[in-house]
Amino acid sequence: MTVATLAISTLNSKPVPVADVPVVPLDDFRELLKEQLVPNSAALIALFGVPAGPQTLRVYGLTSVGATSEIHLLATDVGDRYPSFTQHITQAHWFERELAEQWGVVPEDHPWLKPIRFHASYRDGQDAWGRAVGEKILPGVQPDGTDYFKIRGDEIHEVAVGPVHAGVIEPGHFRFQCHGEHVFTLEIELGFQHRGIERRLLGGPDKRTMHYMETLSGDTSIGHALAYCQLLEGLADTEAPLRAQAIRAMALELERLANHTGDLGALAGDIGFLPTFSFCGRIRGDFLNATGLICGSRFGRGLVRPGGVAFDIDDPMSEELQKRLAAAHRDVTGATNLLWSSSSVMARLEETGTVSLETARALGILGMAGRASGNDRDVRRDAPAGYYRFAQIPVSTWHTGDAFARAYVRHLEVQRSCEFLLENLPQIPADKVRRELGPLQPDVIGVSLVEAWRGAACHVALTDSDGAFAHYKVIDPSFHNWIGLAMSLRDQQISDFPLCNKSFNLSYCGHDL
Amino acid sequence: MLNILNERIKQGYRTIPFPAGEMPKLPERYRGMPVIDSTKCPNGCAKCAEACPTDAITFDSEMKVDLGRCLFCTDCTDACPEGAIEYTQDFRLAARDREDLITDGKAFELAAAVEEKSRKIFGRSLQLRQVSAGGCSACEADINVLGTVIFDLGRFGIHLVASPRHADGLIVTGPVTKNMKLALEKAYAAIPSPKFVIAVGACAISGGPFVDHAEQQNGCDSVVPVDMYILGCPPHPLTILDGLLRFLGRIENQ
Repeated sequence: MTVATLAISTLNSKPVPVADVPVVPLDDFRELLKEQLVPNSAALIALFGVPAGPQTLRVYGLTSVGATSEIHLLATDVGDRYPSFTQHITQAHWFERELAEQWGVVPEDHPWLKPIRFHASYRDGQDAWGRAVGEKILPGVQPDGTDYFKIRGDEIHEVAVGPVHAGVIEPGHFRFQCHGEHVFTLEIELGFQHRGIERRLLGGPDKRTMHYMETLSGDTSIGHALAYCQLLEGLADTEAPLRAQAIRAMALELERLANHTGDLGALAGDIGFLPTFSFCGRIRGDFLNATGLICGSRFGRGLVRPGGVAFDIDDPMSEELQKRLAAAHRDVTGATNLLWSSSSVMARLEETGTVSLETARALGILGMAGRASGNDRDVRRDAPAGYYRFAQIPVSTWHTGDAFARAYVRHLEVQRSCEFLLENLPQIPADKVRRELGPLQPDVIGVSLVEAWRGAACHVALTDSDGAFAHYKVIDPSFHNWIGLAMSLRDQQISDFPLCNKSFNLSYCGHDL
Repeated sequence: MLNILNERIKQGYRTIPFPAGEMPKLPERYRGMPVIDSTKCPNGCAKCAEACPTDAITFDSEMKVDLGRCLFCTDCTDACPEGAIEYTQDFRLAARDREDLITDGKAFELAAAVEEKSRKIFGRSLQLRQVSAGGCSACEADINVLGTVIFDLGRFGIHLVASPRHADGLIVTGPVTKNMKLALEKAYAAIPSPKFVIAVGACAISGGPFVDHAEQQNGCDSVVPVDMYILGCPPHPLTILDGLLRFLGRIENQ
């Protein structure tokens, strides 16, 4: 009995009947997932709970198999307590904390069972930490029986940063255990940005749904809007016209370009290398303005819509975009190459904040940060959807897993995204840009994956008998990767924290939702 | 070193002359100040109100638009059968009072400068502390970009500072999540008087797309007193810059 024979498999955005997802005993569920995840032949893309009765929670486990582009679905039922999966499948750790917080179930012997978003349980009277209904839950205040990770000793000191940080950035809490400048561990606590989006998606889609998708993580508007629209189209058994698929892919790559350029500049700024900091700060605006030219919003809001895109790119606009992108490509390459030829910059980046391949795989660190450690996963290749089925972008990886690698992978991706855009803008397939969607299929489960600029964005929807959302799960790439930042600070200098943080540049609100 | 100088020459000088010179031209599809020509509305039609995700448009005895709730999206313009709603190219979207943002569909009165006394203190040196209280990072990014060479906030004497204790005022984004309420209050309390607050973006003004979620406060004016509101989702950097300069009296009402 293997997962390949037992789990149901599907492709990116192709839904299957909920009733077809096998519900297996807990031990089998764990063993079947372990079979794929431990040898790293698959990635754990989602592990979430849906209430299935007064005391029962149905836990779905979804994995993505790069070699076959398949997504496997499996489920098991748990009661109030169950033996934690994390000891066996380390990638489950953060997902299990979310399960505990959202549904009040206790994964027994979880190595670090603490809240991740600091909100009340969705089931009244069921709280994993025994908090009473209506009890005030304060972010960063540890529930009874838990505490921040602490190291004892005379010369140990604890440094606390946040929620409000020195720069213009979202809030989060970082707790360092230090000995002088040396950091032993970093613990990260989030939840400050929790806006309660997931709950509001139930019963939808409605007139706010699209806007939630565009603001769940504001610099990933295209990424999440695309994951949502792809999912809806799958649920309605319709594809967006090819022209729309091409425009969507180009918008996604523009989003990637803007963010990578901004990050390379910000990294340079944190090192104190002002030329690249200044240039990239501006060039990021050039990429954003390209998106703004297409749809009126620098962040791509209003562009991706169910059934296609709301704005077309005619020939004059395509020529203008090509002209601008060619110039921006030259500029960002010139600005970034200064970094690699500066020994003082390289000295700060190399061997700083290293996350080994083994750690990246064990903790499920995906996306660009994972690729920098050699964890070779990219949705555009592993589960291609939309235009990426026809126009492939080579996957960019590096092997050192340090801050340099995370910078260099961004540089490589900038090159490849520019090439993709310059190649495809002159040849956008002739077609409409939008198609009407029919009704959504009832009683199905659909999974949509997009390689957003940080990594895989995963949206899962279960529909009810009317085709409305009975359940909706959003997993931003940052959900997987915050632990990567925490690991990267071990045995580092505390003064390298801003650099390491920028080298990941994770989304606080994408995690908190 | 030479390669750095060489690159600097290639990158060129990019700072825009704004507010001097001609008004910057934004892309044709840019959605600036919305205006509604209610003479075009068919009798009894309320399609825009039904389509608006944040219920910014209401029809009671008359039509009212609460621009503090506007996400600058295309839902109302798409729904209107007569083209009565239009987004102009006007990027000037700052107001001093929350009530100014509730209009009958026409453009609202732009922010006037702070009074003479504050202008004497802040006019040439304004230190701002940014607090993101649930913001999605788009408003934050477009505030941050003001420090880059195109806009060069520093040439106006305006700086973003690391601590509220160094600041003259707060620039707040986000709807104010329950989890950030205390941090926002503390940041405000830590600023020495005289001080002020600028709310940037639909979330900070009214809760934005999250209006009426239990997890947030519908904007920051329930938590701190707000002196200026800058609209957008997110506001274009020029909109934010225009607002800041108006606040300091560096731009007269045009």
